[in-house]
Amino acid sequence: MDLTFGEEQDELRKVVRSFLARHSTEADVRRLAADPKGYDRVVWRRMATELGLQGIAIPEAYGGSGFGYAELGIVFEETGRALLCAPYFAIVALAAEALLRCADEAARLAYLPGIASGDTMATLALTEADGRWDEQGIRLNASKTAGSWRLTGAKTYVPDGHLSDLLLVAARTPSGVSLFAVESDAPGVTRTALPTLDQTRKQAQIDFSDTPARLLGTEGAAWPAIERTLATASVLLAAEQVGGAAAALDASVAYAKIREQYGRAIGSFQGIKHKCADMLVEIESARSAAYGGLWALDAGDEAEIAIAAALAQAFCSEAFTKVAGENIQVHGGIGFTWEHPAHLYLKRAKSSEVLLGTPSYHRELLATRLGI
Amino acid sequence: MELDFGPAVRDFRDELRNWLAEHLVGEFAAHRGVGGPTDGAAWDVRLAWDRELSAGNWLGISWPREYGGRGLGLLEEIVFEYEYARANAPYRATGNALDLLGPMLLAMGSEEQKKRFLPPILAVEELWGQGFSEPGAGSDLASVRTRAERDDGGTSRSSGAESGGDWVVNGQKVWTSFGIHADWLYVLVRTDPDSQRHKGLSMLLVPADQPGVDIRPIRNLAGQDEFAEIFLSDARTGADMVVGEVGQGWRTAMGTLGIERGTTLLPQQLTFEREADALIELARERGALHDPMLRRRIVDAWISVRIMRTTNMRTVAELVAGRTPGAQSTTAKLYASMRHQQLGHLAMELAGPAGQIIGEDYELDTRQRSFLLSLAETIYGGSSEIQRNIIGEHLLGLPKDPRP
Repeated sequence: MDLTFGEEQDELRKVVRSFLARHSTEADVRRLAADPKGYDRVVWRRMATELGLQGIAIPEAYGGSGFGYAELGIVFEETGRALLCAPYFAIVALAAEALLRCADEAARLAYLPGIASGDTMATLALTEADGRWDEQGIRLNASKTAGSWRLTGAKTYVPDGHLSDLLLVAARTPSGVSLFAVESDAPGVTRTALPTLDQTRKQAQIDFSDTPARLLGTEGAAWPAIERTLATASVLLAAEQVGGAAAALDASVAYAKIREQYGRAIGSFQGIKHKCADMLVEIESARSAAYGGLWALDAGDEAEIAIAAALAQAFCSEAFTKVAGENIQVHGGIGFTWEHPAHLYLKRAKSSEVLLGTPSYHRELLATRLGI
Repeated sequence: MELDFGPAVRDFRDELRNWLAEHLVGEFAAHRGVGGPTDGAAWDVRLAWDRELSAGNWLGISWPREYGGRGLGLLEEIVFEYEYARANAPYRATGNALDLLGPMLLAMGSEEQKKRFLPPILAVEELWGQGFSEPGAGSDLASVRTRAERDDGGTSRSSGAESGGDWVVNGQKVWTSFGIHADWLYVLVRTDPDSQRHKGLSMLLVPADQPGVDIRPIRNLAGQDEFAEIFLSDARTGADMVVGEVGQGWRTAMGTLGIERGTTLLPQQLTFEREADALIELARERGALHDPMLRRRIVDAWISVRIMRTTNMRTVAELVAGRTPGAQSTTAKLYASMRHQQLGHLAMELAGPAGQIIGEDYELDTRQRSFLLSLAETIYGGSSEIQRNIIGEHLLGLPKDPRP
């Protein structure tokens, strides 16, 4: 990537954007936001079969097409722009990444092809009642009886947990944090969809009661892999946030050109023009933060990834929220109605802001990683 | 985070690194990191350093050999700026002529002008001042009122042409950086007295050493005679001293400012990174890293400089790939100038009362100077308000402000 894109990447962006312009229209977003399931099966299937989006960065050995994070970042920027309602983030950024990092080849071979083909719905179940994203936050208990692992406890705020067939669950064993795979139809699993402020991204609570689970990798050694998964997901979420912010600005600019007050377009008033300019400065800065993260992921420099990921989340979260909020202001009265799509972006921004930990949490992560 | 440009450029980079290591010593090394577009500190040393660079053939890297340049490409120019900043070498005293006038002459000057003026620029034999702004035309250059008229009777000593007569220039210019050192001025003048706005302007090269040119220093807020105001009273220059076409000065000037916006940020960003590192070090010494309010601002300062770096890297990567730089190449200036001011305020707060004490004769340390001069960054090269108009109108396509 080298911080700029090539022609093939431009082409990918064009294809994804035009696909989403047809299949994730405002009407689609509103329909799926109101739908408890939250995604369109037909569109999901076409994303996998026609564009190969679910497996774009999954290596070919596991049924994917083996592209890099630059390409995946482009897709996330576009899904963010279109406010796509689908479990794409949960499956691609969280579940697939966790499997790639978990040091369990058998699990990768078993699960990744289904994810790449769009057949398997999966997510990472990490947070519990206190919503923490750090190692200490993982308290759910895993115990071994008669040679098999069993989980008892609850995970909550699980992205798209209500529809996932495969749950990758972080749990605590006597030797530390471990990662487990649980089929959603396993005994003792209860999935409860949670009513969410941002209806475009669903969450669920998942209760486990003596549920049989498959240990992935080595017992007690999963935290570094989970932490790395969260770093990748932070960068991809940042790319999604940049796309969402860019769409919000586009809406503001389009409106500022046609809406007239005092006999002239409001975009000719510096009060509005400068607001839009500041929004673009914020977006281009956020873009640098996100692209820096994608670049680090493709370069594979672990120290740089840790820093770039925390920076990307700390900055892009706030940038999207700021721009989505300004979009409402530029639209004036119409901007805070239910009919106008501006609130959909604001709510997505606000839910994304805490999806992987708050901006303050990521600032602190960054400070710690920098040795500040 | 470093861009790799391949083996040929790597040789160039290594040669440069070695040269800098050998020559950036003694008095020059003592002035590492000194200077900036509005920083007149240590002028003599920095001028000597520019001559050292010239002797090493490091000025005009991408300029054609026939004018004293090195005949290399954009890639080498970028590598030079990057390595130069990495070595924390002093800001070039003649940066104005190297970065603005030179490229302007290369793009729009006559063959005679290129031959006459480019070699002395690279040899650091003639220093230049820019005469764009006026008391009534700062950011609004289309309001320039300094006028130039033809005098068919006389001939200027600056002219090589036998006929055609002089230009006679009257008016006032202001905010000319390092103007008191200038041997020559490149000035935007109105050559058609009946013209309005950006029509009827021309770009003139005017010798500074003549009775009609009076250059007076203006002290900046850091106590330096860095700017100058320039009074032009029947100042004369040759008929052949127009750059580009008569009446097309606006185009020439805008081309120059475009160059300025593209190139000045790369070295600046490494300076800011150094300041951020120093700020963290200072906070550590003061035990301020554990103050949650300060800690947040410190991390934000670090985030800002890292984002500036990545933004500039994006632009460089696009230039190298032969792509047209994206919107970030325009938004970078506004972001950097605002964030650098915040960094300066924070550094001064961390320094506390000790940061308020200066040396004799109003001598400032790097932190104090950088903080004070950062207040100019949101003004020069197009103020933040002008930047927002440029972004709004040119990048976002919003309607122009109404003209009264």
